[in-house]
Amino acid sequence: MRGRFSLVLWAVVAASGCVQIGAQQESEGSTTIRVEGSDTMVNIAQAWAETYNLKHREVSIQVLGGGSGVGIASLIDGNCDIANSSRKMKPDEIEKVEAKYRTKPKEAIVGYDALALYVHKANPLETIALDQLAEIYGWDGGIVRWSQLGAALGSGRRDTIVRISRQAGCGTYAYFREAVLGKSRDYKLGSVDQSGSKAVVALVSKTPGGIGYSGMGYQTPEVKMLRVAKHAGQPGVAPTPANAKNGSYPITRPLLIYTAGEPTGPVKAYLDWILSAEGQEVVRELGYVSLGEHE
Amino acid sequence: MSDVHATSGSLTTRSRRRALSVHAALDLTEPVVEWLVRLCGWSAILFVAAIFFFVFREAAPVLGGDLNLREFLTSQNWIPSSDVRPQYGILALLIGTLSVTGLAMLLAVPLGLGAAVYISEFCSAKVREVLKVVIELLAAIPSIVWGFIGYMVIGPVIIQLTGAAVGINLLNGGVILALMSVPVIVSVGEDALKAVPDSYREAALSLGASRWEMVYRVLFPAAKNGLLAAVLLGVGRAIGETMAVLMATGHAVQIPTSLLDPIRTLTATIAAELGDVVAGGTHYRVLFVIGLALFAVSFVVNLAADLVVKGIRRDRVG
Repeated sequence: MRGRFSLVLWAVVAASGCVQIGAQQESEGSTTIRVEGSDTMVNIAQAWAETYNLKHREVSIQVLGGGSGVGIASLIDGNCDIANSSRKMKPDEIEKVEAKYRTKPKEAIVGYDALALYVHKANPLETIALDQLAEIYGWDGGIVRWSQLGAALGSGRRDTIVRISRQAGCGTYAYFREAVLGKSRDYKLGSVDQSGSKAVVALVSKTPGGIGYSGMGYQTPEVKMLRVAKHAGQPGVAPTPANAKNGSYPITRPLLIYTAGEPTGPVKAYLDWILSAEGQEVVRELGYVSLGEHE
Repeated sequence: MSDVHATSGSLTTRSRRRALSVHAALDLTEPVVEWLVRLCGWSAILFVAAIFFFVFREAAPVLGGDLNLREFLTSQNWIPSSDVRPQYGILALLIGTLSVTGLAMLLAVPLGLGAAVYISEFCSAKVREVLKVVIELLAAIPSIVWGFIGYMVIGPVIIQLTGAAVGINLLNGGVILALMSVPVIVSVGEDALKAVPDSYREAALSLGASRWEMVYRVLFPAAKNGLLAAVLLGVGRAIGETMAVLMATGHAVQIPTSLLDPIRTLTATIAAELGDVVAGGTHYRVLFVIGLALFAVSFVVNLAADLVVKGIRRDRVG
């Protein structure tokens, strides 16, 4: 019924790895915690599951990607215990949880992600401002050529900015729109939409005139991360954990975990561990920003 | 049959009894098998009806309500997750599907029919066997692999050769879809040419026609319907393709003005977005309406191919 049937989802699951971690042979006394959701968080969720399992052999943790919307839909349907999300739950999703479980969904912030802007490594541009980004990505935005930003990439087609975006509805798509375009502006149509954080960076590396947004953990040698300023002319801030931590990097978002109501039993123990120093160390190791770091 | 045995006086009583019991068993087997086979045949109709029912049931609630059908068909604004005002216009997606299919056919029809003519009329038996096996192999390549080739290989080549801003675009998708449709066109086209009686060929050649003149003036008109069916089946293959076009066309909502513009198709939109929608929401249901639209398009194409093939049979009988 849900997006499970989506071919892309299967591709994403196959690519990101659908991992069952834990001692499956212990059928007696073992508990399974099912985690599903955000692609951005799937790496962290897997690392958490692996680390947690080293000490808690009795708990088996199943981690699936698929996107924030998929995880939340799965939580509503009762197909997972924990939904990872890189965006806030929408009012209609909260209503569905309340209607089914007679309790509000419980939200916990478990870390922060800084969205980086990637360009081809040969692109001479170093810094971009949020208002310039809004004119590149936003409805009726006027910036369509690199020369308008002062970057010389060539003439004609080579000067065209190829804006790479994400599929409508995914968490990163919604967050970038809110952070860069504001609440009342839509994306300009005609962007090249990719179905995954990695795919955006991969396409930028193959497109000399490309620009795309993705989590800062996805950098490769073929792409360059731009410094981001609030307004044109101001000095840009590099997307580093330190800059996300001190609040100077402007595109930083919380990573969220939802449960249907107050968590209990093994799920509560697992969530408490994620919020502990040990769980937060995992966040830091993967290049995201842990709770302690963000002020 | 039993009448024959009953009246055949030459059988001994014993063998006669055995023959009768075997026939009694056969009499039971026959209707059972017949019913099983009939069930298999009818199951296809059952499945099509069930699929249509399922897709329609998911789409129905917005058809009379939230979805403005006029905007759906005439607007090019596909902005399903807008916080301001979601818009569900599929014009750009429809044109994307039609343009990439059209381009694919422009490339695949001459290539496919040319290959069919060569295999059927010009090559030796040995070459024919090799070519047929290789073409079947081409048909067996999974679509995700084609998409990967478009993304990884053809994309960078297009940027190199044309200076295009982005390598995954209408041209890329068209080339990939053409390569995917060619095997269908070749095998059906070759069957159609083979079905033309040899007497036509002999008559043409004996009248002094060259082999090309024979193909062009005699075989093409005679196999017209079969060749048309081959092309229509190729069109069906191209319209329904999802994974390869999702990867190779760039997946950008816009009406293309050049071969090097990225585009988006109806099928790819469903595949990319179904994973992120709330089940039961408007966006979810509109994706099923797109499914209905695709159902209608492929129904028309298949019906056309079917009527054309029926036309061939009638020609041959009459």
